[in-house]
Amino acid sequence: MSRTTDERMRGAAAIAGAVQRPRSALSRLVERHGRWLIIAPPLVFLFVFFLIPFAFALKISFAEAALSIPPFSAVWHVTADHHLQLTPSLANFKYLLTDEVYAVSYLYSIRTAFFSTLLCLLIGYPMAYAMARSSKATQGILMLVIILPFWTSFLLRVYALEGIIRDNGLLNTALLWLGVIDHPLKIMRTTFAVYLGIVYSYLPFMVLPLYATLEKLDVTLLEAASDLGSRPWRAFLDVTLPLSMPGVIAGSMLVFIPAIGEYVIPALLGGPDNLMIGRVLWDEFFANHDWPVAAAVSIAFLVLLAGPIAVHQYYRVRQLEQ
Amino acid sequence: MERRASPFLITLLCLGITFLYLPMLVLITYSFNHSALASVWGGFSTEWYTELLHNQQILKAARLSLEVAVFSSSGALVLGTLAAIALVRFTRFRGRLLLTGMVNAPLVMPEIITGITQLLLFVSMLQLVGWPSRGLTTIVLSHIAFCTAYVTITVQSRLQTADRSLEEAAMDLGASPLEAFVDVTLPIISPALISSWLLSFTLSLDDLVISSFVSGPRSSTLPMVIYSKVKLGVSPDINALASLIICAVGACVLVAGYLVRRTERQRLADAQLAAQ
Repeated sequence: MSRTTDERMRGAAAIAGAVQRPRSALSRLVERHGRWLIIAPPLVFLFVFFLIPFAFALKISFAEAALSIPPFSAVWHVTADHHLQLTPSLANFKYLLTDEVYAVSYLYSIRTAFFSTLLCLLIGYPMAYAMARSSKATQGILMLVIILPFWTSFLLRVYALEGIIRDNGLLNTALLWLGVIDHPLKIMRTTFAVYLGIVYSYLPFMVLPLYATLEKLDVTLLEAASDLGSRPWRAFLDVTLPLSMPGVIAGSMLVFIPAIGEYVIPALLGGPDNLMIGRVLWDEFFANHDWPVAAAVSIAFLVLLAGPIAVHQYYRVRQLEQ
Repeated sequence: MERRASPFLITLLCLGITFLYLPMLVLITYSFNHSALASVWGGFSTEWYTELLHNQQILKAARLSLEVAVFSSSGALVLGTLAAIALVRFTRFRGRLLLTGMVNAPLVMPEIITGITQLLLFVSMLQLVGWPSRGLTTIVLSHIAFCTAYVTITVQSRLQTADRSLEEAAMDLGASPLEAFVDVTLPIISPALISSWLLSFTLSLDDLVISSFVSGPRSSTLPMVIYSKVKLGVSPDINALASLIICAVGACVLVAGYLVRRTERQRLADAQLAAQ
């Protein structure tokens, strides 16, 4: 649609240009390249401050740690006879492959993210389904109720969750008082606490895309299924679930990908043996001050994330084009 | 969908919402606890709020965070809106795919990677061109980068549904393309602009990981101060601070939501009047 309007506009501009007095070279330049005044600022800014950093990280991942400011060696230098000499070091990447803490923490992060996403889906799907089936007025309010936590501080919400699941927190106090348990449940500093933290923080990201697809679902299909003798559960499995798959994938990606690299949640809720990749990276950087290894871990991590990110991008672009 | 939800589904929805809100309500309740111990209720008191007002470290960090948030959300609003216009209005240009990728990638990029890579850029830039030194500038630059993504996505979806023919009508009546955009389309997308500015503001105010990497040794933002205290366990003055932030953000979002809805409704009413 916009292409035809583009053409029409150009046509109109050509006619107007022919009728009007001849324009100066400057205004013609602005007219021809005016769109670049709009495109260039965000393109250049994001290129410099989002994309170029990865190039620097790649460069520094080939450097060696050094006691200097900044704490790494040069990857190239110009020799006396003006030749560029490259001195890349593959030591960091070799180190990543030999020290098994990196492979272990990467797999551990994926496992944590996977189970948290699954838990998020199991909790979020019924919520989105119930939302989609309420009246229009209620839907508006429920949307706000689900979005509101997303606006409040992530860090503070994780901290607030700690108040519930601590050894002497609300949950244990309530259960002890009810007599369900006789000594406090150990939830804090366990893997389960990390799952819970991720579900708690990312639940709105799961519910909203699911709600968006479920809300658009054609009810007549479900009626047709039940007219043809389908029980509600079968109709759900055969009709609703397959049709809501775009929402399931979008929501899962929005939870899964950031959860792999999560730092705050495992650091605050997880035990000391919880080795998620984000924590390993943070320690490499702030505790060991080994910037080149941290850069190499980031690059390797990014390469491994490229698959899921590509899936996410693909679905987003397709969704935008519809 | 118009079929009613079953009581079972409604129960699950209510449980889910309770799960989302209970921790925050408990936190706010405990911020009025006289006892410094987390598990004991020692009577109602506002002493932690008074203590907060005298904590210079927190006040200084809050100031820095607010400054960063104002600059980054305003910068991101401009860049994000331009990017959205470019992506919606110009269907073909060199670098379109690149721009699409760069506005979508920050949404799923782990913050820790963004933080490390941006720090490495800033350090190298400082070495090469002597700018920017780590502090307010570097935090604002990196916040603009990820907030721009959120602004673009929000404005893009609003712009896609905006009626192009109104702008064309304005141009037929003699307006230049720029005038037509500013006078016709800009008011239509203004709710999206307001909400994306607010979203950027809160995202910037909340960011811990990226700020930790790119900030200098003497510039700690509010989340950095909160994090260093929270890591040591529960602290009652953080309860008070958290309650203040949660209530302030909640109130802002509700008011903004109400205003945006009212302008939307007004616009629809105007459109109906015009159609009659």
